[in-house]
Amino acid sequence: MITVERLTKAFGRTVVLRDVSLHVPAGETLVLFGPNGAGKTTLVRIIAGLSRPTAGSVTLGGVDVRRAGEGLRRYVGVVSHNPLVYESLTGEENLRFFGRLYEVPNLAARVDEVLDQVGLRPRRRDLVRTYSRGMVQRLAIARAILHDPPILLLDEPDTGLDQQAADMLRRLLVDLGSDRRAVLFTTHNLDRGIEWADRVAILSGGRLRFEAPTAGLSPAQMREAYAEAVAAANRKA
Amino acid sequence: MASTSVPSNPPSKRSRSDAVWTVLTALAAVSVAVALYLSLVWAPTAVNFTTETERLSQRIFYFHVASGWVGFFAFFVTAVSGAVYLITRRRRWDAVALSSAELGVTFTLANLFSGMVWAQTTWGKPYPIEDPRINTSTIVVLVYIAYLMLRNAIADPERRARLASVYGIVGFLSVPITFLSIRIWRTIHPAVIGTGSETAQGGFDLAPDMVVALLFSIFAFTVMYAALLRWRLKLEDLRDQVDGLKALAAGGDR
Amino acid sequence: MAFLRKVLAIVWKDVTAELRTKDIFSAMAVFALLATVIFQYAFDLRAENLRLVLPGVVWTTVTFSGVLGLSRSFILEQDRGLLEGLLLAPMDRSAIYFGKLIGNLLFITAVELLLLPALSILFDVWLLTPPILLFVALGTLGFAAVGTLFSAVSINTRAREVMLPILLFPVMVPVLIAGVRGISGLLDGEPLTDLLQWVRLLLAYDVVFTTTAFLLFDYVVEE
Repeated sequence: MITVERLTKAFGRTVVLRDVSLHVPAGETLVLFGPNGAGKTTLVRIIAGLSRPTAGSVTLGGVDVRRAGEGLRRYVGVVSHNPLVYESLTGEENLRFFGRLYEVPNLAARVDEVLDQVGLRPRRRDLVRTYSRGMVQRLAIARAILHDPPILLLDEPDTGLDQQAADMLRRLLVDLGSDRRAVLFTTHNLDRGIEWADRVAILSGGRLRFEAPTAGLSPAQMREAYAEAVAAANRKA
Repeated sequence: MASTSVPSNPPSKRSRSDAVWTVLTALAAVSVAVALYLSLVWAPTAVNFTTETERLSQRIFYFHVASGWVGFFAFFVTAVSGAVYLITRRRRWDAVALSSAELGVTFTLANLFSGMVWAQTTWGKPYPIEDPRINTSTIVVLVYIAYLMLRNAIADPERRARLASVYGIVGFLSVPITFLSIRIWRTIHPAVIGTGSETAQGGFDLAPDMVVALLFSIFAFTVMYAALLRWRLKLEDLRDQVDGLKALAAGGDR
Repeated sequence: MAFLRKVLAIVWKDVTAELRTKDIFSAMAVFALLATVIFQYAFDLRAENLRLVLPGVVWTTVTFSGVLGLSRSFILEQDRGLLEGLLLAPMDRSAIYFGKLIGNLLFITAVELLLLPALSILFDVWLLTPPILLFVALGTLGFAAVGTLFSAVSINTRAREVMLPILLFPVMVPVLIAGVRGISGLLDGEPLTDLLQWVRLLLAYDVVFTTTAFLLFDYVVEE
């Protein structure tokens, strides 16, 4: 579903991503770890089509992101660092608005359904301004899955979530259609990442340094691999 | 570390382009000198003026028209380079756009001030507010000062190049419409070529030798522009190399 | 059709938010009315016939209060990275441009509907005639067309609130001249048929710059 091939991204003279290749088939969830500045956000942005790669290619469902028209964006849902919802609109209005941009059929019913899934139905008519941090994040997730995209990209979706909200996110990721979706998410929480994902990759210093299935991977092994990847990047610099 | 190394041309290519550059600079120097001789000494004195000052100041005309033409041409180059940058994304084109805009402002200011000197002697005031061309020149200078300020206000080179290209294109498109609007408004500017307005003052008949001097001045100023553009681009290259060396010295490979 | 629906969705979103916060309209309207009063005093002290300066007052007030609104036209998007949310949506990015343009036109027109009667009363000249409104509408369209594009440019710069007028005003000169000449002519009793070249100029400006902005907007918002 998501195929990244030999991707390089430079801002001026600073190289952020170097020769990164990865593949996430439908039905699989990949978690991407890496220290701050490793290039995770840049990678997610390039896959989402928000940023141009300097070299290499990204294909989604076999279609090159840079050559595809805007129609391809309908198949992608994104939860970014910014919640991407309007504070001066209500939760429901936000979903209505984005639903219209994504041409979601039976919008009113779908909005109700998604609001139920993220548990925001009681607060649907309140301005997002009055929401707690966790509620805003849940709305951001609702926004991303509203058009039921086969590809889901989540950049640190668990930041600012309490345990209850994190459980809800897990349910949305793992239980709701993860068998057909290709999901890529980043997090700093190693344990949570291993628990939620099928496969794990570590990005450090702009390079992909570790890739393994999560099955049979113990948290201790994971921590060791992470430390090793970060150390490798530091040696290089 | 390959990414931070300083790109350098192969020696043969560099020396050839240096040779072209030297020839261009020499040609600019010689042709500007000849243009000055033609316009200040060789061209005949205009006949229909009453005072000596008016007759002599008419010779500003060659410098005035040539610098105005080059200014306009430079802004055209900025707009086209901007469009080419947006298509190709090669930083070189942005450097051309910037260099040309700076030269355009310089030449347009030369055009403006030479016009003001002439206007003082012929119309009795330095800034004839009712004249479309002087007004257009002033506004065009403001457009490109805004262009340069915009560049200064954006730190990221890629974003700077992209947004400046857009502004360079829109700004250039506004020039003819601005000129047209001021022209319909009112005019006293002498139209030496084409039909003049009835209210135009200070016109003169263009003798054949004057045409020669004018065309040569335009040629000389265009060559000077081309040479200066090359110098300015060279400066941009050096700046790039300095940035690269600084990054290298700082071990700036992240 | 799908494109138009998305444009309207963006307009609806901006209008809904604006009706709630009144961030844009209040700033513009208060500024416009203050400017009107200041102009009235400033000119009343010297000008013998206030009619003569009125067209200039109309356009300076519209431009200055308009630029205030335009500088806030991406206010919902700029602070919290929300432009990204629009860029991710499956639509041609010019939908964002046209959505914002229509929103800006609505807000500026609302202010004008307040401003013109106010000026009519203060200067004792009736401005709400169809030919005058034609000039105001055509001028406002050109102003908003370029202003919306440059507003998107300026949010990417340092000192963006200062940057917008610096970018916009030199390019706005034709609108200003045609608008002032048109309204002056009408107030002097010239028939609209004598002022058609100004109408044509404004139309040409509107067409040229709406098209250009439409073509270039993609480059402004990418990455």
